[in-house]
Amino acid sequence: MSVITDQQPQDPPPGLRSRTRRRVADPAFRWFVTLTGTSVFIILAAMVVRTTTEAWPIFQHQGFFGFLTGDRWVSGGSRSDDPADFTGVYGAWPFIYGTMVTALIAIVLALPLALCIAFYINQLAPRRLRKPLSYTVEMLAAVPSIVFGMWGLFWLVPNVLRPFFTWLESWAGGFFLFEGPVFGPGYLAAGIVLAIMILPIITAIVREVIAVNPLDQQNAAYALGATRFEVMRKVILPSSFSGIVGASMLGLGRAVGETIAVMMLIGSTKSWDSSLLQRGDSMAALIASLFKEATPEGVRGLMAIGVALFLFTMVINVAARLLVWRIGRVAGDAAV
Amino acid sequence: MSATSDLKPAERGAGERTTPTGHRPLRETQGNAARRAVANRVALTVLTVAMVVAVIPLVLILFKVASEGLAAVGWNFFTLDEPTYRVEEAGYRAGFVGTAYIMVGAILMAIPLGLATAIYLVEYGRGRLASFVRFFTDVMTGIPSIFVGLFVYGLLISSGAIFHTGFSAFAASLAIAIIMLPIVTRSSEEMLKLVPDEWRNASYALGASKSRTVLTTVLPAAAPGLATGSMLAVARGVGETAPLILTALGSRYLVTTYFSDAQGAVPLQIHSGAMQPFEAGVERAWGGALSLFVIVLLLVVAARFVGSRANKLG
Repeated sequence: MSVITDQQPQDPPPGLRSRTRRRVADPAFRWFVTLTGTSVFIILAAMVVRTTTEAWPIFQHQGFFGFLTGDRWVSGGSRSDDPADFTGVYGAWPFIYGTMVTALIAIVLALPLALCIAFYINQLAPRRLRKPLSYTVEMLAAVPSIVFGMWGLFWLVPNVLRPFFTWLESWAGGFFLFEGPVFGPGYLAAGIVLAIMILPIITAIVREVIAVNPLDQQNAAYALGATRFEVMRKVILPSSFSGIVGASMLGLGRAVGETIAVMMLIGSTKSWDSSLLQRGDSMAALIASLFKEATPEGVRGLMAIGVALFLFTMVINVAARLLVWRIGRVAGDAAV
Repeated sequence: MSATSDLKPAERGAGERTTPTGHRPLRETQGNAARRAVANRVALTVLTVAMVVAVIPLVLILFKVASEGLAAVGWNFFTLDEPTYRVEEAGYRAGFVGTAYIMVGAILMAIPLGLATAIYLVEYGRGRLASFVRFFTDVMTGIPSIFVGLFVYGLLISSGAIFHTGFSAFAASLAIAIIMLPIVTRSSEEMLKLVPDEWRNASYALGASKSRTVLTTVLPAAAPGLATGSMLAVARGVGETAPLILTALGSRYLVTTYFSDAQGAVPLQIHSGAMQPFEAGVERAWGGALSLFVIVLLLVVAARFVGSRANKLG
């Protein structure tokens, strides 16, 4: 819960160090755990190398920027891995667009709510209720994404979202974001469910960040006659700002990588549309939905999408971690 | 105070009243105080409403999954396979067995590796290497699970694979293990840090070496906390669907091989059941969703329980 400074490991006093069997066993253990520690680099490097080599012919065939900006996706049937034989067209733009739009909808909806919840739990809730309330929010993080997908598809879209979209379309259909026709599944439906899914992680991190705000500062503000709202807004919020930005970027990373729920709710088309009510596809969802029917060449195309998705989330995550790390490390938790 | 209340309403002009000693009464608000009080009231109400709003989806999901799922779950659900989506008498046996296969493999891979990494970070890790390991472990938690699936596909299944196994429970275990690894590492690290240094020193004072101290003093002391972290990681891994599509592929019949054939899993069966038109199959998908949810919930609650016991012992 609190800031954990990097403490130095405790070593045995030097007089006790080397004696017979220990001379082998101790360094061996040390080397063993050090090697496992570095396994994280090996895994990450293997991931990058393996997927990039699989995807390379597609980038050669299409050109890296051609791949990112092309808006047509037709899998070819070639079995060779020579890019000259490829017959498909691979343009990832509709899926990059779908990923960005759904993730942005999710963050725009989830961030204000998460801020409110975090402040409520940390500042306002009776002390007895804090733990149960935070468990309840974290419970939402425990729901498997396939369950979110099913609930969204069978309950939320037909009962809540489709009527809401119909009303939205009739009221603001002239505006380019809300142009009809209304289907139900689409960018907005996927974004709304994503918002629910990333709410717990953002809340958990914002809570960590505002918990480290010094109590003296808050008390000083109260002593000057500030109301509780003013303490939150003018004392806690400004000093937590970079942590909150980091938290929302971590949430954004989650939303970008989420697959199954988006796949069930975004409507799966290979085109893109400026209206949020229309159907589309995201990078992660496209990989999962095209995989089973993909030709060997098509799988390489999906690998290329995967590499782009990886780069995307890497940039977001590294930036977010650097921001959150400045505040203090977040304890290992279900939500994180 | 009494002086104020003695005043007649007509005399209560704003900002004009004074107490007999010539001061403004404390009750009297001035300037923007009223606006600030209202803003405060409004903001606190908004926060409370937000809290309620945030709990609503969880309640709705719980209610829907329980009401739809209970109808489908019964003895047959756990003992029969699902030859077609259309038949009424069918179940998710293949999925449950497959999930068990995959999870046991993933646990055997992820927990020892994660624990050893955590031991490195807490007991041996110094300087730049340790902070790099820590940082990239954190970054690894953010890698999309579908990308992990693609990687394992490229490593074990595709025609260019280095170690060719084809679609198998092993491939799925590997993918889930990679997803669980950073969670195990980070939670174990936090738990090992909580073991007081006095305990380590006491062990050294008895003549134990560093490796012996770690294995016989630090690990047992942190055991409940380590169990909590591992259970949360398992809870996370068991619900993963996306990487399984690319590694286990799915099977509606019981598969008992680990290293070769395509394997089923509950999340995969839910997904294919939910996306097809037959009523019976969709109902079973709800049953699957309910059982998956219950498994995850039990793991999370058990983890919290073990964790709270651990805090008391410490």
